[in-house]
Formats: sequence, C-alpha cells, structure tokens
Amino acid sequence: MQDLSIQYFSRRGPVKAVRNVSFELGKGETLAIIGESGSGKTTLAVALIRLSPRSARVTEGSIRFRNETKDIDVLQLDPNELRRYRWSDCAMVFQAALNSFNPVISIWDQFLDTGRAHGMSDSRKVRDRASELLELVRLDPERVLPAYPHELSGGMRQRVLIAMSLLLSPDVVILDEPTTALDILTQRAIIDLLKELRDRLGFSMIFISHDLSIAAELADRMITMYAGTVVERATVDDMFYRPRHPYSVGLMRAVPRVSGALGKVVSIPGSPPDLISLPRGCTYVPRCPFAIDECTVAEPALLAVDTPAHDARCIRWQVVAETLASDAAVPVAEKLA
Amino acid sequence: MTVAGATVSGDTTVRGTPLIELAGVTRTFKTPAGVITAVDNVSLALGQGEAMCIVGESGCGKTTTGRMLAGLLQPSSGRLMFEGANVWETKGDKLAAFRRSVQLVHQDPYASLNPIRTVYQTLSAPLFKHHKAKRGRDARARVVELLERVGLTPPLDFLVKYPHQLSGGQRQRVAIARALTVDPRVIVADEAVSMVDVSIRISLLNLLLGLAREFNVTVVLITHDLAVARFFARGGRIGVMYLGKVVELASTDTLVEDPAHPYSTALIAAIPEADPNITRTKVRVELKSADTPSLLALPPGCVFHPRCPLAEPGLCDVLVPALVAIPGREQERREVACHVAQRERAPAAELLGVR
Repeated sequence: MQDLSIQYFSRRGPVKAVRNVSFELGKGETLAIIGESGSGKTTLAVALIRLSPRSARVTEGSIRFRNETKDIDVLQLDPNELRRYRWSDCAMVFQAALNSFNPVISIWDQFLDTGRAHGMSDSRKVRDRASELLELVRLDPERVLPAYPHELSGGMRQRVLIAMSLLLSPDVVILDEPTTALDILTQRAIIDLLKELRDRLGFSMIFISHDLSIAAELADRMITMYAGTVVERATVDDMFYRPRHPYSVGLMRAVPRVSGALGKVVSIPGSPPDLISLPRGCTYVPRCPFAIDECTVAEPALLAVDTPAHDARCIRWQVVAETLASDAAVPVAEKLA
Repeated sequence: MTVAGATVSGDTTVRGTPLIELAGVTRTFKTPAGVITAVDNVSLALGQGEAMCIVGESGCGKTTTGRMLAGLLQPSSGRLMFEGANVWETKGDKLAAFRRSVQLVHQDPYASLNPIRTVYQTLSAPLFKHHKAKRGRDARARVVELLERVGLTPPLDFLVKYPHQLSGGQRQRVAIARALTVDPRVIVADEAVSMVDVSIRISLLNLLLGLAREFNVTVVLITHDLAVARFFARGGRIGVMYLGKVVELASTDTLVEDPAHPYSTALIAAIPEADPNITRTKVRVELKSADTPSLLALPPGCVFHPRCPLAEPGLCDVLVPALVAIPGREQERREVACHVAQRERAPAAELLGVR
C-alpha cells in the first residue's frame, strides 16, 4: 500500500479518515494495526478489499498485490477481476461475527454461496473443502454445516468465519478485531488457532485491533494509527519496548497487565481530533506531553528512528527515547512513572 | 459453611460490619427451554469505602449478581442486607433511602443517557426529585460541582450539551455524575469501562476509585477483564464467578499471583498480555473441554469438573464444593470452592505448576 488517502463525504465537509498510509506486508508475515476508535484502521482494512461504503473515496495512492502468478493494482480492478481478488487472494473476517452471516440460511449454504460466487461450481468440492477447514478450526462439520448462525456460540461463529475466509486459500487474511466480544478462554482458543493456521498454511495476516495484548501475541510488525495516519511503524519488540512516538508510548502506558508488575498505568488525556478540521502541525499535539511550539508548524514526516526498520512521525523522538532511557527490558509504563 | 459464617470467615472479608451484603442469594429465570439458575447461593459482604471486583465470563451470573446487589432484581432465595436490614422486607422511607444509597452505572453510555436531554437536564432531574435542590440556582451549582468532580471541565461547556455531542468516555462520566447526584454509598458499575477506548479506561477507573477513597463510597466493578480488575481492585478483593457460583474470593495480589481455583488459574494463564515477552512465555493450563456447559444442564458436583485438569471422579462430580479458606492457610486472605485445593492444602496454581 502506497500513500493511500481516503475521505468520507459529510455535510460538514470531507472527513479525512485515512491520510497517506503506506505499508508493505510480506508473505507469511503478520501485521497488527492498532489505534483508538476513529483512527482509521477499519476504513483502511475495508479499502484493502475495496469494500468501502459509497461515501468513501480514495483520493490518492495505490494498493498493489503481488504473488507468484500476478501483480495487480487493486484500485484499478474491474468487477470480475475484483471478485477473483476478493476471497481467493485476500479475504476478510469482520468484527461482528453474527452480522457477517446471512441469518436465514444454513452454514453449509453460506459456504456454498461463497464458493459459487468465486468459481467453485462443484458442490462436492465445496463440501470437502468446507469440512476440511471446519475440522482445522476444531469444529464438527456434521454438526456445524446444517446449523443456522444463531444456533452457534460466539466462539464457534468466529471459527466458522475464519474457516470460510480460508475457503479459497487466500494469500492474505484481514481480521478486524478478531477476538473482541469473546470470552477469555474462547479468545485464547482463537489466538492459538490463528497461530497454528498461519504456521500451517503460510498466509499473511493483517489484523486490526485496539487490543495491544493480541498484537503482542500474534504480530511480527505493528503500525500505530492516529487521526487517520501512521504515527509509528516497527517490529513488535521495538513497538512495545522502544516506542518512539508519544502516542504509542501513551497506549502502552494505558493498558494494565495481569502478570508481572502492575507498574504505573495512565490514560491519555483528551480525545482524538476532529477529522474534518485537523489541527495544524502534528495532530497529536493537544494530547502530547512532549509537544513544543515547533510541533504545531508542520505535520512531521514518518522517518526512520533507531533502525531503518523503525519509523516514527515525531520530531521529538529522541527526547522520547531519552525519557524512556535505554534499559529496554523495563516496561515503558514503569519507566515513565 | 453457613451463610452467616461466609461473611466472617477467613481474612478475605471486610473490616468491621458490612455495609451491604448478599447472603446466600440464588436467582432463577424461566426461559422457554426451562428454568435456569443464573446465580446459585452467592454470599458477598462489602464494607464501607471498599473497591471490589467481580470477574467472570459471559453467562457466569456477574451481571445478575450486580443487579441483585443494587436491589434491582429480587433474589429467588437468600437476602440482600443493607446496614443490617433485609432490603426486600423494608418499605416506604427506608426503601427509598436504600434506593438512593445504591446506584448502578450501566455498561453502555450510549443507551443509558436520554438522547433528548442536555447534561444539565439529566443531572438536575434527580436533584429535584429527591429534594436535594429546591431552586434552579442550587441545582445548577450542584451540577457544576458534580461535573468538576467527574472531570468534565470546564463544566459550563458541558451543561448544555446533548449526549450525541459527547464522546463515549465523557458520556460515561455523565452517567457517573448522575449516580452521584443522590449521594450514594454504594455504586455498582457493570462493565463500566468496556465500551470506552483503551486509552481512557484507566482515567475512568481512577475516577471511580477516587470516589471510594474520598467519599468512602463502596464501589463494585463487574468486569470480564482481569487486567482491569487487577488495576481497579489493587489492595482490595476480587471474586471470580463461574456458572452462577463464586469459585474464588481473594485479595487481588493473591488471586493474580497465586490463584487457588483451577478455573481462575486457567483464566489467568489464558489471558494475552500487552507485553510480548510475558505473553509468549506464559505457562498455559490445558482444560479438558473448551465448551462451557449450558446453564440448562449444569453438571453435578462442582460445575467446573468436566473441564478441570484437577478433577477427581467420585469426588468432584458428586459433591458441590463450599467456598472456604484452604485448611491451614487461612491467613492467606482467600476462599476457594475446590475439593482438591482444600484437600491438598495448596492453591491450584501450585498443583498445576504454573506459579
């Protein structure tokens, strides 16, 4: 994804939901996109499979998808190409598991519909593949396939959706808040399942979450989004132990843990800016403990910090780094106490 | 363990006389599929100014327990005691006093505030209703004070706002301010932070904790999030519920570091942590089954036995365990409903090797 910008049109003017977002995702890699509600993370994910609502318009940028057999610009696909791209190249598992199903047809029919819409015309083949995938997510096909969505528990529905997303063996699976609204033990089962499936099938994952702990568990790399743009991009360890953008630091400090020292946990003051009229300069200034006058002059660029694989959009990142000091093993929360 | 005994046993209980207490309460509901027991023989006693958490997964009865504690739901059996009086036997002024003294803050601030009332209207109505203010001027002064108390500053900006003009966190603050209008002594907050952004959850929890500390208000937070519970009830207690029963009741540090019930142990081991090194090296507890039994067909004996790695046939599937301290370790400020932990005189975390 290169320099993608998306705006929604509203009566008050364009809502700049996503601004100049770029990232790359390699084969078999897992990327976590984190941020508060309204940070643009879902808008971004939906754009990846071109399911944005009509009020949204991509104003800039491109999305390229490459594998052994193709190299395409997702934003230029015609409807037929788009259908082939969705599900078979890139599949998405949505947030509200119940809403993703048609409530009046059985799970089997949902599988069949999906298969048919994407060129699997042989219903025996769909059945075999569906059974195989359901077993992979540890569900009993005999029981689940004839069932209707409401007959399944939340955890089971989420598993069915994951299985369905894999029906056409996509290279990329996008998961929007895959475990929110699930119980702890169910959540654990889904996380372990995703890890296992990824290792076995080798697909890449993008998951979108406000939950840092799932990112810590599953991701290789992370992106922090704020007010529609990427403010930091780093490996998981860099993001958790050496964050360089004050917003990432704030997020890390805002989440209490169950194990280990409780440390000092503090909320981020204030609330995110209005996406219609963004403040001048860095959008995080009103909430930022590190801000100086210079921060309001221009929005900082996303530049390398520490290592070439670690970028942050902050002119004060060195001060942030000094404040957190160098002892990487000490969690950020305690460091800033 | 008798009902009365449960409130004074161990050291996990309150200092002094309990302010509010559920004594052996059970609540059943009729559903089309049959009668379910949402809460089964739960006893909880809370002292003045105590901050406590009830945690559990969906369907464990934590919300039903909270509603009974707040006097919004009558127990099918058992008693709700407030200042030593059985609430469901009191009438008139005394009942009205109880209603004012105990307030519930709901989970969803988008649903719990009237969308066509301004913040001032929402907060002044109970002041007039309960004769806390006679004139508009008094009400306004009190509302301003409340808004400052809950951190909505400058208060004059918020008086004329409607709920849709506020963020989720600000709405929840208004809901808390509304609970405070009647000078309550107990606040039951049901998942009060689960719908607001992670970045501001802690400030809301701190607000509730501040009420407990400064005004001696008893605050019970009901949550599914153990990390939130640990933060909120640090220095206090956590009760863990499973399928309608309290399976463990312990001081927060003890519960988190050394859980005594196999269910709490499994829960803590399963939680992903916002720290890559910790979360990747956590020792897991394998359960025998991933499925929670239906409330319509609860297993006999200990309700956790079909999933429990410590379960013993002939014991756990026959006898219902009582919530008591582990023999010989009464000083540890915890009570646990587990046959094996009690017999082995050791917490489940130790028996399962995850400490």
